[in-house]
Amino acid sequence: MVNQAISPLLQIVDLCVSVEDQQILKGVNLTVNAGEVHAIMGPNGSGKSTLANSLAGRPEYSVVSGEVLYRGEDLLALEPEDRARRGLFLAFQYPMELPGVRAWQFLKAAVDAKRQHNGEEEMSAREFDQFLKDKVSQVDIDPELSRRNVNEGFSGGEKKRNEILQMAMLEPDLALLDETDSGLDIDALRIVSEGVNKLRNPSNAVVLVTHYQRILNYITPDFVHVLVDGRIVRSGGADLAHELEEKGYDWIREMVS
Amino acid sequence: MSTQKIISRNTSSDDLASDYKWGFTIDIEEDAAPKGLNEDIVRLISAKKEEPEWLLEWRLKAFRHWMRQNFEEPSWAHLSHPVIDFQDIHYYAAPKTKEDGPKSLDEVDPELIEAFNKLGIPLDEQKKMTGVAVDAVLDSVSVATTYQDMLEKSGIIFCSMSEAVKNHPELVRKYLGSVVPYTDNFYASLNSAVFSDGSFAYIPKGVRCPIELMTYFRINAEESGQFERTLIVAEEASYVSYLEGCTAPMRKSTQLHAAVVELIALDDAEIKYSTLQNWFPGDKEGVGGVYNFVTKRGKAAGRNSKISWTQVETGSAITWKYPSVVLQGDNSVGEFYSVALVNNYQQADTGTKMIHIGKNTKSTIVAKGISAGKAENTYRGLVKINASANGAKNFTQCDSLLIGDQCGAHTVPYIEVKNPTAQMEHEATTSKVSDDQLFYCQQRGIGVEDAHYMIINGFCRGIFQELPFEFAMEASQLLKVSLEGTVG
Ligand SMILES: Nc1ncnc2c1ncn2[C@@H]1O[C@H](COP(=O)(O)OP(=O)(O)OP(=O)(O)O)[C@@H](O)[C@H]1O
Ligand SMILES: [Mg+2]
Repeated sequence: MVNQAISPLLQIVDLCVSVEDQQILKGVNLTVNAGEVHAIMGPNGSGKSTLANSLAGRPEYSVVSGEVLYRGEDLLALEPEDRARRGLFLAFQYPMELPGVRAWQFLKAAVDAKRQHNGEEEMSAREFDQFLKDKVSQVDIDPELSRRNVNEGFSGGEKKRNEILQMAMLEPDLALLDETDSGLDIDALRIVSEGVNKLRNPSNAVVLVTHYQRILNYITPDFVHVLVDGRIVRSGGADLAHELEEKGYDWIREMVS
Repeated sequence: MSTQKIISRNTSSDDLASDYKWGFTIDIEEDAAPKGLNEDIVRLISAKKEEPEWLLEWRLKAFRHWMRQNFEEPSWAHLSHPVIDFQDIHYYAAPKTKEDGPKSLDEVDPELIEAFNKLGIPLDEQKKMTGVAVDAVLDSVSVATTYQDMLEKSGIIFCSMSEAVKNHPELVRKYLGSVVPYTDNFYASLNSAVFSDGSFAYIPKGVRCPIELMTYFRINAEESGQFERTLIVAEEASYVSYLEGCTAPMRKSTQLHAAVVELIALDDAEIKYSTLQNWFPGDKEGVGGVYNFVTKRGKAAGRNSKISWTQVETGSAITWKYPSVVLQGDNSVGEFYSVALVNNYQQADTGTKMIHIGKNTKSTIVAKGISAGKAENTYRGLVKINASANGAKNFTQCDSLLIGDQCGAHTVPYIEVKNPTAQMEHEATTSKVSDDQLFYCQQRGIGVEDAHYMIINGFCRGIFQELPFEFAMEASQLLKVSLEGTVG
């Protein structure tokens, strides 16, 4: 029996994933402990989103081999919704639009699903209203957005902020943020980062995929990993991000080849 | 019980040539007419209802007109079904309770109450608070109308068609067949000949009906046809919102339902007519189910009048239905909001007709079709702008949503414009519930089945918004029930 208290929050062992018969991840190893922030960087097309989406269980990403333990439990055996209910959250690089579906209704269904999983009662409409209001002000998002249809007609930046609102409402244990900083204006970047920082606590962890050092000025990572061609080729501390910003990826490519 | 005598015999078209009237000689003990249709049956129905002579004559004319069509149903719709044997159907069945006729809701069939509750429309106290007057039509006979007193005070008449014929013959005679004549189409002729009951509503001049009027239809008897006739007249500057709910229990054999609904709106009057149709759709293999051939038409006769149809159609094996508006008065408005959901082997050919005659008339059509399983869904709509209709406007939007890859969606818009000032807008889309959308929901902890319902409900939002709140809740419940086991 695995002792959940001492096992890492997330343990990825030699993960290989292919998309449409093309292998994208070629043996990823990564361990994330509670309380940590990990940044994943790497060139376009190197497999960052593939990693995040396979952890969330997206159907078109098929795991060829390898193992992923989430709090000691086989994550890959779970349906996507069960992963979510257990506290795994993915902020999408490209959030989907749900025409006609009210954000309010969507968020309530999500919150209730998690509560049900935890053996709690569904929230009353009034309770939920208050909860939503609190979170909306916490992440400083336009309250109007939560009255509209999910992401329908939202600007790129609004979609990203809406992902953070959802994250705030679901209070995940493991948050995967896939380029949440891309497409945000300077103020929004600060607001989103502050939102993430407010949610941090010793029992949860954040894995953020980014191309830019600037978000890391707000959210200081404990580790920075570089993903190139489906493998983590280098890991380091916050300094590594600065180094990458200065030098680009070529020197790393050269080192590994 | 009044006992009529009747000679049972088949009628041929030859018989129709003569004006021979048959006598009544056979005892009818039970409250079901023998199978088949002939003039005697028409007379029986009329006699049972103690109708005036003019109505019998009207029925007979309709019957003769129907007979001349030689059992040839219209075949232009995108529907396929075995030939209907019109002589293998009971054309009249009254529920056993009819004789002692329930005087109050307490006496209404508990099964009916149960059905109401299942649908979330309790027929009891709760209703009083939400303000819905209910007239339940069970096997063609109207069994209960609530709130009579309250309505009478404001001069509104809301009763079964039979009662209207008895108590308000001048109104019925004036308006019956004035929008849908008995010659209109095959099923309308049949209905005119044999209609057994239905609802009648009359809103006097300047009165805004304070509550929703509702009729609940249920087909009970096996191998029986149901032929309701509904007539709503809104006098000048009046308003009424009318709801119609339909269910039928599961049956192995198919059942025929051919209703006619006529609406008349005079100057500045508005009629809002909402339908939730949940007749038995047949089983998963397509056995049984209701054949639903319905003629619904409103005449926006007066200036600034408005007629609005909202329908959520989830039931029936076959749906053939085109709620229409004749926009006769200047500035009159016609609207059609529809969700038609088909699953398994269901087929729907439904849509609307907007006939613009008056000046500056305006029509809006929003039709949403959802197809699942092996079902076929067709939107068929006509927008006709007559030469007289200066400044007419139409907006049409048809959206189809497909679930799975064995179903079909078809859009057949007909447009006839005879006035160059007309403005026409048409939009059409076909979409699927995408895997990406589903995954997005799942990633937030929402199960696949709930995610489907959520997305499908979102697709229908614009239509559900047109329904009274309670009906909207029920509509979304109906979608869920109809799709059970199909998604997820
Ligand atoms: N659904 C898919 N169908 C086909 N190919 C895909 C799919 N998803 C990813 N790929 C391919 O897999 C590779 C890795 O894609 P991925 O999205 O993981 O890259 P990334 O590191 O997130 O890049 P970026 O920085 O541009 O977001 C790319 O070559 C991409 O084209
Ligand atoms: Mg990416």
